[in-house]
Amino acid sequence: MKIVIAGGGKVGGTLTRQLSEEDHDITLIDSKSKILDESMEACDVMAVQGNCASVNALYQAGIEDADLLIAATNADEVNLLCCMTAHGLNPKLHTIARIRNPEYTDQIYSMRDIFALSMTVNPELQAAIEIERLLKYPGFLKRDTFAKGRVELVELRIDGQSKLKDVSLIDLDKVVRSKVLICAVLRNGKAVIPAGDFVLKEGDRIFVTAPIRNLTILLKSLGIITHRVKRVMICGGGPVSYYLAKRLEKSGMSVQIIESKPERCRHLAEILPEASIIEGDASNQILLDSEGLDGCDAFVSATGLDEVNMVISMYANNRGVPQVITKIGHLEKSSIWDVLPLGSVICPKELCGNTIVRYVRAMQNQTGAAVTIYSIADGQVEAMEFLVDEKTLHCGEPLRMLKLKKNVLVACITRGAEAEIASGDSSFQVGDMVIVVTRSGKIIHQLNDIFD
Amino acid sequence: MNYKMMGRLLAQILIVEAVFMIPALIISLVGGEQQAVKGFIGTFIIIAVVAGILLGLCRGGRKGFYAREGMASVAVCWIVMSILGCLPFYLSREIPSYIDAFFEIVSGFTTTGASILPEVESLSKGILYWRSFSHWVGGMGVLVFLLAIVPADEKNSGFTMHLLRAESPGPDVGKLVPRMRKTASILYIIYIVLTILNIIFLLMGDMPVFDAVCTAFGTAGTGGFGVRNDSIAGYSPYIQNVCTVFMMLFGVNFSCYFLLLMKQVRSVLVDEELRLYLGLFLGSVILILLDLRGFYDTLGEALRHAAFQVASIMTTTGFATTDFDLWPSFSKSILLCLMVVGACAGSTGGGMKCARFLLLVKSLKRNIRKFIHPQRVQVVRCNNRIIGERVLENTNIYLTAYVLIVLVSFLLVSLDGFSITTNFSAVLACFNNIGPGLEAVGPTCNYSSYSVLSKLVLIFDMLAGRLEIFPILTLLSSRRYT
Repeated sequence: MKIVIAGGGKVGGTLTRQLSEEDHDITLIDSKSKILDESMEACDVMAVQGNCASVNALYQAGIEDADLLIAATNADEVNLLCCMTAHGLNPKLHTIARIRNPEYTDQIYSMRDIFALSMTVNPELQAAIEIERLLKYPGFLKRDTFAKGRVELVELRIDGQSKLKDVSLIDLDKVVRSKVLICAVLRNGKAVIPAGDFVLKEGDRIFVTAPIRNLTILLKSLGIITHRVKRVMICGGGPVSYYLAKRLEKSGMSVQIIESKPERCRHLAEILPEASIIEGDASNQILLDSEGLDGCDAFVSATGLDEVNMVISMYANNRGVPQVITKIGHLEKSSIWDVLPLGSVICPKELCGNTIVRYVRAMQNQTGAAVTIYSIADGQVEAMEFLVDEKTLHCGEPLRMLKLKKNVLVACITRGAEAEIASGDSSFQVGDMVIVVTRSGKIIHQLNDIFD
Repeated sequence: MNYKMMGRLLAQILIVEAVFMIPALIISLVGGEQQAVKGFIGTFIIIAVVAGILLGLCRGGRKGFYAREGMASVAVCWIVMSILGCLPFYLSREIPSYIDAFFEIVSGFTTTGASILPEVESLSKGILYWRSFSHWVGGMGVLVFLLAIVPADEKNSGFTMHLLRAESPGPDVGKLVPRMRKTASILYIIYIVLTILNIIFLLMGDMPVFDAVCTAFGTAGTGGFGVRNDSIAGYSPYIQNVCTVFMMLFGVNFSCYFLLLMKQVRSVLVDEELRLYLGLFLGSVILILLDLRGFYDTLGEALRHAAFQVASIMTTTGFATTDFDLWPSFSKSILLCLMVVGACAGSTGGGMKCARFLLLVKSLKRNIRKFIHPQRVQVVRCNNRIIGERVLENTNIYLTAYVLIVLVSFLLVSLDGFSITTNFSAVLACFNNIGPGLEAVGPTCNYSSYSVLSKLVLIFDMLAGRLEIFPILTLLSSRRYT
C-alpha cells in the first residue's frame, strides 16, 4: 500500500519504521530536513520536505495515488487541515489524524464525520486506558484482550518467590489449578515459543493466554494477591495523568497527582474536582514520602522526562508499592529495561503505533485477515486472532493430526461465548475465533498460512 | 565496521559479476575461441573460490550498517570486482601484462574507455564483448543492480541509501519512489530500454549485430570502448549521428525520464540542469563549427564531427569519428573544458556533473553578493527548490578534492616525461571517465606507453572519478577502521 505519513516525530517515526518493515511504500513529510535524513537512512522510505498541510507538499508526496494518510504532527489543527486537504485532492484516501488536545476528545466522533476522518488516535488517552486496565488487574505487566474481551493475553515476570519457578510446562495445570497456556517466554532478551518439556526459570517473562475467568484462578493460585487498588499516586500532570485520573475517579479510586508547575496545578484542580493535586517536584523523595507513598496501592510515573520516570519508579518499587507503572515517552524499547525494577512499562507512541498498524493490516486484506494483532515479547512474537470461515482448510480435523509451520502455536479457540485453550483434540469450526501465536517475521496473512 | 555484512555484499557482487560474464563465455564457445574460453572458465573458478570463502567467513554477524560501511563497501566492491574482472584478459593471454589488463577493466567498469591496446580488432569476440559489456555494467552501477534484484532480507533496509549515495553520481542523490528496490529497478528498466532502442537504431543503419551490441553498450555506459581500431570513424554518417543522439540521451539525468513516464513534462522542460546541459552542448557545437571553418569539405560534415565530438566528450563517452587532436587549439580547449564539466547528475556519465557546476556558480554568485552586503542572508535555489547548506558545502569540498587529485596525479604522471598537454589531458580524461585525451593519448593513440606507476595513478583517478572521490578517499583514511 502507498502510505503518506505527515510528521516524523515520536508516533510518526515509530510508524515509519513499523510500516516500512511491513512492505508498504512510505513517503514521509516533515519540515525539518534533519529528521527526514535520519529516517531515510534508518528505513527504506522516501522523504518530502515541507508543510504537510500544503497542497504542494502533498502532491510531491504523491497523495493522488496514495491509499492512506497518517497525520501525526505535533499540532492537532495542522493534522486536521492536512487530512482535509488531502481528502480534497484524493476522495478515495483513508485518513488518520492524531488529535491529542483534551478539549477536543469529547467531540471526536462528530469531528470524524465532519472532517471525513477514517480514524483518530490519541496516544495519551490510549496510554491512560492501558494503565487503567493494568490497575484493575494488578500483578500483570501487560494485558491484551481477544474475542471481544473473553480471552486475555497477559504478561507475568517470574521472580524468586514465584510458584512457577522451575516448573515444567507439563505440570503447569497442576500448579495453577486451571487451564492456561504459556504461549511465549522471553528469556535473556530472546523470545521462545515453548514446548511441553520447557522449564520456567527465575527472571523469565511469560506470556499467558487464558479465558478471563481462568486468569482470576491463576492469580489466586500463584499467590498474587488481587486486592482492589484504592489509592493511586500519579507523578506529573500531563495529558496522560489527566485522562487517567478522570477515568480512575469514575471507578472510585482516590487519586493524587504531583505536578511542579503552579498554573498547571490550578488548571488540574479546576478540571479534576475529586483528585488531590499536589504542587511539588515529583523527583523529590521527601515529598513522595510525606505524601504517603508507603500507603499507595499503585504508583504511576508519568512526567515528561523518561529518566525521572525511571528513577522515581525504581524508588517506589524499593519502597514496596505493590504496583508500579512507568511511562516512557521518547526512548526506544530496549531489553535493558527488563533488568530494572520499573514495573509495567507503557509507551504511548508504541500503543498508538500498534493501533494504526492494526488498521493498516485490516485495510490491506479485507477478507481472511487477522481481526486483532498484538506484538508481544518486545516485538519478537505476534499474537493474532482470526475468524474461521468457509475457506479455512482442515476444518473439523483435530489439531494433533495437522502439520503446522515451525514456531506457530494455536493458543485458544473461542466458539460462541465459550473460550477454550487449544489442545491436541481441539478442532476448527466455521465461525470460531482462533488465536495464533508466532515468531515475528513470519508473515501470516490469513489463517491458512499456518499450515505447513 | 560491520565486516561480515560487507563481506556478504562483496560475495554477492562477485556472483553477479560472474553471471554477467556468461554471455561473453557463450560467444567465445560459439566462436571456438580456445584461449578466451580458458580465460573465462579460469575466472569463474577463481570467483567461485573467493565468493565461497567470503560467504563461509561472513556468516552471522551484527546488523548495523551505516554511512561508513556503505562508502567503504562500494569502494571495496569496485576494486575487487576490477581485480577479478580483468582475469579473462590476463588468463586468455590476450593482454599479457596483468597491470595492463587491470587498467583495461577499470577503464571499462568506470566507463572511461581509456585503452592500453594499440589495436582491438585482433582480440577474440568474447573478450571484446566482455570489454564493452563492462561499460554497461559500470554505467548504472553494479550495486544498484544488486539492489534491484536482491530482495531486502534485512528488515530495515534503509542502509541501502548509503550504497545508492556512494555509487550514483550527483551532489544530492534521492530516490524516485519510496522503495529502494523499486527505485533501482526503474533505473535499470529505463537503462535497458534505452540500450535496446540504441541497438535497434544502429541495426537499422546496417551495422553488424555484434558491433551494434558492443557499440550500444559503450554508448549506454558512456564508456567508449569500440570494436574497431578507428572507433566509430569507419561507420556510416547515419550510425555516427545515432551515436551522437544516444550519447546525449544517456548523459541526461535518469530521473528526467522517470518524470516523463509520470507525464510531468513541464518539470522536465524547466529543469535547470538539463537546460544547462543542452545549452552547453549547442554553444560548444556552434563555437567549434566557427573555429573549424575550412577544416572539412562541407558544412554538414563539419557539423556531424563537431556534434559527435562534443557529445562524446561532454557525456564522457570517448568515441571518436575524427582525430580531434588535429583540430585548432580553440576547439581542443573547448573539449578540454567540457571534460571537466561532464554530463548530468544521475546519468551514466562522469565528470564534475552539470548539477555540481550549476551549484558552484550559484554559490559563487551568492558569495560575491555577500562581499558587497555582508549582512545579507540568502539561499541558493535550483529548480525553485532551496538547496541545503550541507549540499553546498559538500559541493565545495568536492571541488577542492577534485582539484587536489588532478594536481597530484598530474605531477606523478609527469615523471614519465611526456609533454604537459599529454599528461594533463590524460589525467583529465581518466579522472572524468572520458578516455581519449590529447597528443600522445589522443583518439588515435593509447595509454600503453605510460609506466606502471602512472598506470596505477590513472587507475586510482578513474575509480575516484566514477565513484565521485569520497568513497575512495574515505577508504584511504586510516581512522575509519577503528
